[in-house]
Amino acid sequence: MSHESSESSTYYVPEPSTYPLTGSIALFFLGFGAAFSINSLPIGKVLLMIGFAILFYMIFVWFRTVARESEAGKFNAQVDMSFRWGMSWFIFTEVMFFAAFFGALYYMRVLSVPWLAEMDQKILWPDFTGEWPTAGPGVHEKFTSMGPWGLPAINTALLLTSGVTCTWAHWALKLNKRGQLNLSLFLTIALGITFLACQIYEYGHAYSELNLKMTSGAYGSTFYMLTGFHGFHVTCGTIMLIVILCRCLSGHFTPEHHFGFEGVAWYWHFVDVVWLGLFIFVYLI
Amino acid sequence: MAAVHDDHGQAHGHDHGHDDHGHHGPPSGFMRWATTTNHKDIGTMYLWFSFAMFLSGGVMALMIRAELFQPGMQLLEPEFFNQLTTMHGLVMVFGAIMPAFVGFANWQVPLMIGAPDMAFARMNNWSFWLLPPAALLLMSSFLVPGGAAAGGWTFYPPLSVQMGMGMDMMIFAVHILGASSIMGSINIITTILNMRAPGMSLMKMPLFVWTWLITAYLLVLVMPVLAGTVTMLLTDRHFGTSFFNAAGGGDPIMFQHIFWFFGHPEVYIMILPAFGIVSEIIPTFARKPLFGYSSMVYATASIAILSCIVWAHHMFTVGMPATAQLFFMYATMLIAIPTGVKVFNWTATMWRGSMTFETPMLFAIGFIFLFTIGGFSGVICAIVPIDVQVQETYYVIAHFHYVLVSGALFSIFGGTYYWLPKWTGHMYDESLGKLHFWMSFFFFNVTFFVQHFLGLAGMPRRVPDYALQFADFNMISSIGAFGFGLSQLIFLFVIIKCIRGGEKAPAKPWEGSTTLEWDLPAPLPYHSWTTPPVVK
Amino acid sequence: MSSKVTATLLGLLGLAFYSGMGIAAGDPYQLNFQEPQSIIARETYDQHIVAMWVCVGIFVVVFGAMLYSLIYHRKSVGYKAANFHHSTTVEIIWTIIPFFILIGMAYPATKTIIAMKDTSSPDITVKVTGYQWQWGYDYLVGEGSGISFISKTSTPLSQIYNKEAKGEHYLLEVDNPLVVPVGKKVRLLITANDVLHAWWVPAFAVKQDAIPGFIRDAWFTADKVGTYRGSCVELCGKDHAFMPIVVEVMEPAKYAQWVAEQKAKTAKTTIDVNKVFTMDELKAEGEKVYAGNCVACHQANGKGIPGAFAALDGSNIANGPIEEHIGMVLNGKVNTAMAAYKHLSDVDVAAVVTYERNAWGNTKGDLIQPSEINRFRK
Ligand code: HEA
Ligand code: HEA
Ligand code: HEC
Ligand code: CUA
Ligand SMILES: [Cu+2]
Repeated sequence: MSHESSESSTYYVPEPSTYPLTGSIALFFLGFGAAFSINSLPIGKVLLMIGFAILFYMIFVWFRTVARESEAGKFNAQVDMSFRWGMSWFIFTEVMFFAAFFGALYYMRVLSVPWLAEMDQKILWPDFTGEWPTAGPGVHEKFTSMGPWGLPAINTALLLTSGVTCTWAHWALKLNKRGQLNLSLFLTIALGITFLACQIYEYGHAYSELNLKMTSGAYGSTFYMLTGFHGFHVTCGTIMLIVILCRCLSGHFTPEHHFGFEGVAWYWHFVDVVWLGLFIFVYLI
Repeated sequence: MAAVHDDHGQAHGHDHGHDDHGHHGPPSGFMRWATTTNHKDIGTMYLWFSFAMFLSGGVMALMIRAELFQPGMQLLEPEFFNQLTTMHGLVMVFGAIMPAFVGFANWQVPLMIGAPDMAFARMNNWSFWLLPPAALLLMSSFLVPGGAAAGGWTFYPPLSVQMGMGMDMMIFAVHILGASSIMGSINIITTILNMRAPGMSLMKMPLFVWTWLITAYLLVLVMPVLAGTVTMLLTDRHFGTSFFNAAGGGDPIMFQHIFWFFGHPEVYIMILPAFGIVSEIIPTFARKPLFGYSSMVYATASIAILSCIVWAHHMFTVGMPATAQLFFMYATMLIAIPTGVKVFNWTATMWRGSMTFETPMLFAIGFIFLFTIGGFSGVICAIVPIDVQVQETYYVIAHFHYVLVSGALFSIFGGTYYWLPKWTGHMYDESLGKLHFWMSFFFFNVTFFVQHFLGLAGMPRRVPDYALQFADFNMISSIGAFGFGLSQLIFLFVIIKCIRGGEKAPAKPWEGSTTLEWDLPAPLPYHSWTTPPVVK
Repeated sequence: MSSKVTATLLGLLGLAFYSGMGIAAGDPYQLNFQEPQSIIARETYDQHIVAMWVCVGIFVVVFGAMLYSLIYHRKSVGYKAANFHHSTTVEIIWTIIPFFILIGMAYPATKTIIAMKDTSSPDITVKVTGYQWQWGYDYLVGEGSGISFISKTSTPLSQIYNKEAKGEHYLLEVDNPLVVPVGKKVRLLITANDVLHAWWVPAFAVKQDAIPGFIRDAWFTADKVGTYRGSCVELCGKDHAFMPIVVEVMEPAKYAQWVAEQKAKTAKTTIDVNKVFTMDELKAEGEKVYAGNCVACHQANGKGIPGAFAALDGSNIANGPIEEHIGMVLNGKVNTAMAAYKHLSDVDVAAVVTYERNAWGNTKGDLIQPSEINRFRK
């Protein structure tokens, strides 16, 4: 049962690999580095840098290997199915991660802020009225909240369009129209990057003109954590798309066999849907 | 159940075992373990890791019990005591019990469903190797200024916002452990759904596989929520957010809601695979098929579903509205029904069987007996007025050690004895195994039964010192704890003895066993089921 | 199974349980809740007894059956295994019976829960505040309103550290107990100043978490005159084990007398904020305040606990600008264990700040008067 063979009748079990251990070493450095640097120990930054360097190296070689294995035809239909299950449940865990933060937003808006303005709490917070948006009863710095129309609406349009171009790319791949595939992938990436640029601009605007900060109580906390984690996911998604574009340019994927592409497309749509949730619950209402 | 037709399991003449270092085999030495993609190697590493963590967590428990031997402060400072309590809980839950069950899944799931390995063999290795850095982060936090996290394993803010660097190290450790669990459970789900041997329909899977499938779903559901919680805690601590701070419009109680949304399913994550193991052992030694297989599956699923809507029973004293208390009380009590179905089914399996009492069976029976006691005290906790009296007392400590130690841990012992002949190719020492069981059974009860009385009489938990009327029971409990700890050395001894040699185990050492793994030779070939068996 | 070891161990186990029951009669071996002293506590007590016996009953039935089977259905007595593996009827029966048992347990509990939540029309309302590690009581409404004091453990450290024999109420005694009249409905408004605490008196079956920034209420009506003891039951840091609660329940007449005494005492101790103190007065007073509030963290020698609690001896703040020092004490420092001590009186704050600046190795020599604190607060 030598695994080097490229016949795909058996399930592909990879040879022993050093990548996992490398990744763990990276996380070892990242864990200590983060804990130390967050407590202002100078060594922390160094550890963090080492950790990131190893992590990026690991991700790079690991995915390169997977891409090569894929191109060598080692993944039969059953392996392909495994990838699909795996990616679906991974995205599900991401949904749950965001659910925690949406849950926090809901809890604060609908429960804790109104509670703090109730009769019994007047002993502690006599002047608090409990309207949203709020920085809470004990934070006195004023801020202005972020309206939906303007940049956020444009961002919504950008992301939705990128979802369309992404689907276009998938369609082109299935019909083996490589030119269109590359073009639409490129557009998707460009839209993603534009989105991120707008988001960065918006943060700057919020900090300097609206006085809206992480420290602006309930509103500031949920606003930055939700949009921030979303932005982080868009960043990851964009990088993944870039990798896929590079692979497309070097001729990877066939109309029948392209789970690498599909997985990233799923991820991109997921990021899209999260944004819609954000747009509705953070910006609109 | 699953009758096997094809015996090509040990394909291509791999009839000698793990000491085969030929070109098919793995690299040798440390790199074998560090780089392996073999589910058996990875399972072994999980099990040893978890045993090491069990010993560390156990030593912490013994330090706690030593301080509580008498009233007054004798050995530890209060701050350090709190660190021990916290780390004991975290190490046992995340370091000992969970990895042990993942270890069992790694060994057994592919064998029992006839798969050549786990679906993502390389990622499987990573899931394991994430544990050591996380454990290092946790353990070394004792050494940093301010010491380890000391807010209880539940780390409620604002106390956890006050703590020093140890808390940050714990937070990052939890992130890493969470990543490991998520990868592990995605792997298990995929393996079970996609890699079953031909003919192995879902309702033909051994119950252990079923319980793990459902457990893995619980894991992917709640681990990300835990990651979110600790992230919010981290930003509250360092970046000025106000999730858990009333002055900013947040609420310390929100932490508890999010934590227990994770935490309650988490306790079932620690018991469902135990149910699975016991459901394998009982039919084997009763020589009679498992009673009510399909109702077992439905009961497991019901427990998992219900477990997602009962979380606030840990919060009956935070001052929720009466409607919320009622809802969570009713929902919690309902869990007794599917769990009862399991207990009754096990009893019915034994009924009119032809039983023998080898060590695995002893642990399984001990499990049912003691777990049920823990379940009953759980139901009593679920009744709100009573819980108001026992919440945060030793009654709760007694409750969950009955379900965790004599529940989860006993099933792990039982499962180990059950499969050890298959794993090592040798029989373990039966009389020492029995001694291990009886010592554990006896000292376990000495340690924890009296804690019910302490809790009812009013002794709070998480205290290094207590009022005089609690002195005698505490002394009994501490003596029991040391006895229980010593008994575990027998286990270690039996395992090492069994690995190093002993009577050669036949492929099917247990007369009544029916599942697929027993059709493979013992010791197992390094790669098994490279050609899937056909299940009728 | 037939090994001698097993038999011996079983025997030992039986003996242990048996003797456990024998000695269970004495007080230190109390096996159940404390004697209930309020209506809710009594209901709770009864429900627990019922629930426990129901569980014992089920236990006996299930394990009776199992034991029978363990004894008779074993291979060593030559029993041949049957082969049945399910029975829908039986399975339905044992799903339904527990359901009804549970309803039986939940029904009385539901009524008690609703009664527990009914905090309306109290005779007396007291605000309870958890501090690290003491309780504050402010009588807000009803007889005694306006009274306000701090209640902390009165067990000496020498007993805790085994240098002295432990007293009868070791760890369950305080300097100023909460005093309430018998038979009157007392509503508690429970909150905290720093971290979570929980106020628990078992005899009244009142347990309520104290949550910083929120007020949660609870109530009790004491049946009998007497002294009832409880403690903080939510992990609140280092001295969590050392913040007991004592409630003194009095006849109404005696309660009225107590109220009068308290009022007189506060009137006497209300000192004009503009009074000027001498250094020695302030240092002596400050030492007391320090011992009462700060010593748990900063330690008697002012060295703190490295890594956890800052040292004051030689600290930059205790030897730096006065405003910063006062500010630290009054407002605390967010996200650290250093809580705000706004609730201390001007005299106390002035005293403790003066003390800290002139104790141990600190020799700033400055003297802070209560009037300065009063100004600082505005
Ligand atoms: C393996 C882990 C595990 C398991 C399986 C359980 C099972 C249960 N637990 Fe437990 N629990 C914990 C681990 C576990 N628990 C932990 C760790 C804590 C404390 C956390 C902390 O604060 O640190 C805790 C705390 C805890 C509390 C909060 C106590 C408090 O802090 O005040 C409550 C309250 O409702 C509770 C209830 C239950 C119930 C109803 C069950 C049920 O699932 C039990 C069901 C089983 C049976 C009932 C027995 C068999 C049934 C029959 C024979 C049928 C007939 C029975 C009847 C009709 C009654 N648990
Ligand atoms: C998950 C599983 C798990 C397991 C297996 C255990 C195992 C044990 N636990 Fe538990 N425990 C928890 C989970 C667990 N615990 C949790 C979640 C908490 C709550 C924490 C919190 O409040 O935040 C808790 C809290 C807790 C407390 C309350 C602490 C407090 O409130 O302050 C106590 C006190 O008795 C205790 C005791 C024990 C004992 C004696 C064992 C024993 O079973 C341990 C036995 C093992 C050994 C002793 C090690 C093996 C032996 C050796 C290494 C050889 C050397 C031995 C000798 C020389 C004798 N535990
Ligand atoms: C629960 C523990 C706790 C208690 C009780 C406490 N403190 Fe502190 N205190 C701290 C901690 C922790 C710090 C360090 C805060 C930081 O990280 O800067 C601190 C810092 C200080 C400082 C500044 C020291 C420096 O140089 O940074 C002063 C002054 C001080 N406390 C005074 C007091 C006084 C006065 C009291 C009593 C009225 C008191 N503290 C009670 C925990 C406590
Ligand atoms: Cu206050 Cu515990
Ligand atoms: Cu629970």
